[in-house]
Amino acid sequence: MIGSIVDGFSAVVVALGVLFFALGTLGLLRFADAPSRLHALTKVDNLGLGLIVLGLLPQVAFPLGTLKLIAVWLLALLAGATTGQLLGTAVIAGAGNPSPASRADDAGHADLAPADPPVLPGAGPT
Amino acid sequence: MSAYLLAMAAVVLVVVAVGLARLLAGPTAADRLMAAQLLGSGGVAALLLLGAGTGDDGVLDLALLLVLLAAFAGVAFVLGAARASADTTPEQPPETGPGAP
Repeated sequence: MIGSIVDGFSAVVVALGVLFFALGTLGLLRFADAPSRLHALTKVDNLGLGLIVLGLLPQVAFPLGTLKLIAVWLLALLAGATTGQLLGTAVIAGAGNPSPASRADDAGHADLAPADPPVLPGAGPT
Repeated sequence: MSAYLLAMAAVVLVVVAVGLARLLAGPTAADRLMAAQLLGSGGVAALLLLGAGTGDDGVLDLALLLVLLAAFAGVAFVLGAARASADTTPEQPPETGPGAP
């Protein structure tokens, strides 16, 4: 009887986690600019992952399985926070600009720099 | 219970597949990396659900590896972005003294 209560708890919390995950992905698809999409990805998706981990804690072997689950969740939190800050800095520095259609001369670099024409040396006032 | 967890893993995978549309649509490289990060964390969620659903705790080790790889992918992208924007920084025109023709 306690087993079915625990299973019910797992089922509900895992369903909530998957729902938050779907909402975060919806935000990633539908938000207007890159920093908002970054928020949706790193906060809401990690909340969904945390709820899934919480729901799965009674379902795996104790102690090694639960320790692994908690380690996965902590690593995902750390990685999400760090990657969010790093990506946010990169977006502000210019990786958030749309890629121009014609960058064929770009030696394969991603569209990360602002699309200004390079200033040639010697092009100062004559 | 295990059938329910496996079904939830399939739902997570479908959500991730829909989210990968950002890979195609994203106007910037950062958006495409965000889609890759979604694949990482969605894959971790699906692996955890699969591991608990099948009772195979070795799958949890795979989830740990995937989390680490996703973190490193994000860091590698930002380092590459910093290097690329440093390469394309416009050069300063050389200092001209008092204008002598």
